[in-house]
Amino acid sequence: MVLTLVELDEGAPAETSLEALTLARDIAGQTDSAVSAVVFGDEAGAVADELGDYGVSEVHAVEHDRLDSYAPEAWAESVDQVANELDAGVVVAPGSDRGHEVLSHVAARRGVSIAANCLDVDAGEEYELTRQRWGGTLLEEARLGGDTKFLTSAAHEVGIEPAAEPADSSVHSFSPSLDDDVFRVQVDRYEESEAEGVPLGEARVVVSGGRGVGGPDGYDQLEELADLLGGAVGASRAAVNEGWRPHDDQIGQTGAKISPKLYIPCGISGAVQHMVGCKGAENILAINTDPEAAIIQKADYAVIADLHDVVPELNEELRETQ
Amino acid sequence: MNTLACVKRVPDTGAKIVLTDDQQGIDTSTLGFTMSPHEECALEEAVQLTEDHGGTATVLTLGSGEADEQLRTGLAMEADDAVLLETDGEEWGPVDTGSAIADYVRDAEADFDVLLFGNESADAGNYQVGVTVANQLGLPCVTGIKNLDVEGDTVVAKREVSGGEEVYEVDLPAVVTVKEGLNEPRYPSVRSKMEAQKQDVPSVQPEHRGADTLERVRLDAPEQADSEAEILGESADAVDDVVEVLREDLEVL
Repeated sequence: MVLTLVELDEGAPAETSLEALTLARDIAGQTDSAVSAVVFGDEAGAVADELGDYGVSEVHAVEHDRLDSYAPEAWAESVDQVANELDAGVVVAPGSDRGHEVLSHVAARRGVSIAANCLDVDAGEEYELTRQRWGGTLLEEARLGGDTKFLTSAAHEVGIEPAAEPADSSVHSFSPSLDDDVFRVQVDRYEESEAEGVPLGEARVVVSGGRGVGGPDGYDQLEELADLLGGAVGASRAAVNEGWRPHDDQIGQTGAKISPKLYIPCGISGAVQHMVGCKGAENILAINTDPEAAIIQKADYAVIADLHDVVPELNEELRETQ
Repeated sequence: MNTLACVKRVPDTGAKIVLTDDQQGIDTSTLGFTMSPHEECALEEAVQLTEDHGGTATVLTLGSGEADEQLRTGLAMEADDAVLLETDGEEWGPVDTGSAIADYVRDAEADFDVLLFGNESADAGNYQVGVTVANQLGLPCVTGIKNLDVEGDTVVAKREVSGGEEVYEVDLPAVVTVKEGLNEPRYPSVRSKMEAQKQDVPSVQPEHRGADTLERVRLDAPEQADSEAEILGESADAVDDVVEVLREDLEVL
């Protein structure tokens, strides 16, 4: 039995959860076992058919009157109990904040390791797996032991694939036994973001600036270019560390991960930590004075010149053509 | 209020990561070292909390004697005390690391009110150390935090979610794992760097339980798909070609 934690996003399985299910189905195929899902919330029953398309034969819907908002330890305790009852050999969680958090709690209860951000699993007695390190800059081949294996799928790396033969999924309600203690951490309220414009992660075009911009004022030109292209503005960690842009604009391992149709890095050298944030970009058009910069090796198009010369000209040209 | 910030010494990598010949680690012969970025913010927060509420801030790391460098950076960033859980330099897994830190906290003279960690280390990325410490000490734990306030005996912590933030209110003492962007870590002054060099940094021998169930076999650098960039020009005269690419090839206009 391969148990998979599925998160719902506005009533539908989250993308990272479908990735986890795709990896879970691969493990189930290797071990000749079935895929089950553990789902929280009232909508669990409503997604059973869709989960069946991804090979889930049993949906375990966790029901508890205090689980009206997310509570990491209560989720972990529930997942632990479901895994025990089903005698799951492996628990797969999505490579999301909650996936990592919940699985870490479950593993801590059992005193074992998790394998986070897995790409590929060879499921024998021990699992031989490939996982990401350094935000995906390096891969690690590792062996995962333990009676029950705990792993997460790397976000946006495992391609989502429905099952060749959809499963006829049944819904089972599960009432966990939960102490007061596991509700000491629970979401108290949500606060909506006041940020305006297109979020970086969703933008079709991203224009970003690094150390080469030279100061906060230089971003005016990049803002204008982003406006003309209907995109958003980002920055490198170096620029954020200089205080030129807020951290919310940072693209990279410890910032935003973007996947635009076009990424325009200006005055950015292309350190590995930056590149893991923008590897989802379909096309890169780099503007940089240094033809040897790493970013040029990763770009599809490049202008080898000073962004302060190129961007204003480009903006003028685009204004005229609109 | 007493705070503890747990940090990790990691290589300061640049444009390309080179592995050692045996593929067991990164070739650091030409690299400097730094504090893992999320943890630098954990440390800054630990110091700011004691500046606002009184008490002492301690910076801790588990690693070889060389990690003394990062502890002294922590002292230069105005942490009051530092402690090294000294190992032989082999990489410890998150369960063993968390267990050793929990041992230290149990025995420490200071009662820590807020124990701060990075959400995940920059290199190994296991997400488990903070949660393991909380579990072993029976403390509440919030993870992935980018906004933190202490009001009385409560920590108010916010985590980014799609379209906003979810807010947690948790009683102290608590474990908080944080992400970069929580604050802007300070640059130590020359004077504080010099003072940090003189300070006594005690070293403790932690117990290595050997409980971790994930074992590294080797590291690989994934194939870097270097593309042959089409050079559109070497001056602002390239703009016409850029516009054509935007319109015809990329269809973003």
